[in-house]
Amino acid sequence: MTTTQLTRAEAAPPRTVARAGRTVRHRQDHPAWFLVPALAVLLVFFFVPTIYNFVYAFTNWSSFHAAISFVGIDNFTDLFTNGSLLKDLRITLVYAVLVAIFQNLFGLVLALVLERDTMINRFARVAFFVPVVMSALAVGYIFQALLKPQGGLNEILGFFLRHDVEVAWLGSTTWTIVVVALIHAWKWMGLSMLIYLAGLKTISEDVLEASRLDGAGWWTTFREIRFPLLAPAITFNVATALLGSMNGFDIVQATTGGGPGGTTELLNIFIFRTFGQGLFAQATTMSLALFAMVAILAFPVIRILRKREAVL
Amino acid sequence: MTATAAPLATRRPARWRRSPMRYVQPVVAIALVVLLLGVPFWLVVVTAGKSQSEALNPNLSTPSHWHLWDNFSTVFQEGHMTPAFFGSLLIMIPAVAGVLVLGAMASWVLARRKSRTIAFVYALAISGLVLPPAVVTIVLLLRQLGLAGTALGMIGVYMGMYMSTVIFFVTGFVRTIPLELEEAARVDGASPPRVFFRIILPLLGPTISTATILICLYIWNDVFYALFVIGGRIDTLPLNLYQVASAGLYLNNWHLIFAYIILMSLPLLVTFGLLQRRIISGVTSGAVK
Repeated sequence: MTTTQLTRAEAAPPRTVARAGRTVRHRQDHPAWFLVPALAVLLVFFFVPTIYNFVYAFTNWSSFHAAISFVGIDNFTDLFTNGSLLKDLRITLVYAVLVAIFQNLFGLVLALVLERDTMINRFARVAFFVPVVMSALAVGYIFQALLKPQGGLNEILGFFLRHDVEVAWLGSTTWTIVVVALIHAWKWMGLSMLIYLAGLKTISEDVLEASRLDGAGWWTTFREIRFPLLAPAITFNVATALLGSMNGFDIVQATTGGGPGGTTELLNIFIFRTFGQGLFAQATTMSLALFAMVAILAFPVIRILRKREAVL
Repeated sequence: MTATAAPLATRRPARWRRSPMRYVQPVVAIALVVLLLGVPFWLVVVTAGKSQSEALNPNLSTPSHWHLWDNFSTVFQEGHMTPAFFGSLLIMIPAVAGVLVLGAMASWVLARRKSRTIAFVYALAISGLVLPPAVVTIVLLLRQLGLAGTALGMIGVYMGMYMSTVIFFVTGFVRTIPLELEEAARVDGASPPRVFFRIILPLLGPTISTATILICLYIWNDVFYALFVIGGRIDTLPLNLYQVASAGLYLNNWHLIFAYIILMSLPLLVTFGLLQRRIISGVTSGAVK
């Protein structure tokens, strides 16, 4: 992973030879104004809206009021007492964890199956990357049609089971969250697969040869040697899957729209819906909740994963 | 980690040639492709070929009469595909070009200068890698700036969202470029902009192409942020798909939805087909060192 290189570069001992002279020259050679355009874009379009989040979550900003005034923590207490704050935070978290598990599981299995460099495998790898390239909204509509009670999946199941199957895959208040997480994982598993393939290829043949000479079978070699050495790829895949799905919207909006009974309502779906109703302050409050959740979770998760890497 | 097409086959032990897995593996690979990809894509194609009444309950049967071209021409007009295609391009190209050039400029300085301030600025600049954009208040800010619903506003939002990604990728790479390359040019009297655009930027090719691919994909397919910023004002392909699908919410015009999906995916699939080798090796080289 690129981060490993970064930290290593930072940790490198500073060049002591003629350091003072060099620093001055560096300043002229690498002028600070090169930073200005990028930082200006970041400030205006990223940091200012983020700061606004902390301000407007405490106002009554909506399409129903002409003026915006402060209302303290009313938005938070409203969302807390009607249950949507904790419910949507929990749903988003469950969705993110499920996606991270499924996407990595599918990606790793695909990488192991398609590891050899044959023509069929090369074709399959390209094919599994097609969903990654496609629009997530389109993927959502495809699966909405496929998973209908009279849809394609039940048709196939009915053919093999030899009786009519009419499971409403997207109609369960308990299991639909798992189904939409599977769809999300389906869309992105090609990317995880590629990263695992790249990781598998970095493992030295000598190590594998040594384990083979010791009489280790495929499974032992995988469990004891290859899987631990995949740590950087796992870090990258788990972190991107978690972050991507916490910001999820398209797939769930296109399949269930947050239903049934609000059981797949991710934070972003709530934000979109409330914004559409003109309740801007409530949407901002939820946006701040998402920001807080990501900020609180992402950094420890990345640190834990990186620590695992360092041990190996 | 650059060449994906490295000969894996040669690394296989002799044992493989004798094992039954040799015959099982291709079957498993093909079965996975057919089940996991073939079924959904088959559904798209047959449904896009059906008439409205036949497509009411989309299933895997073939249409009694193929209406594929009729459906294509219907969505092409009703879904405003031409303006949507150019709308998508109009937003994606400046956003990607802008974020790459500005991000690379900043990365060069961030990678070369070392001080506590620079370390702080770098940490701040890559924080967007993890933190989600504040989508609601972006709309408010754009209204205050007079950019609400404009292409410029959308371009700015995307640039702000992906600046951190570019800075993260490129800074890491610039640190691996030997300083001597720059100094040789500097001795010849090249100014900093000249050093950057003539020496550094050309060397960034592979790194930038990875970032370009990922950011292009995200922007081209984005509908969430577009719904907030330019929804109803500017046509883009995903926005119009959303409209086609939502307009037929009660009718469930599946034949039109899937015809639209095929047409909107074609440019991406053609590009991907042509650049598939580069895209796949680029994506993998960026992720795992």
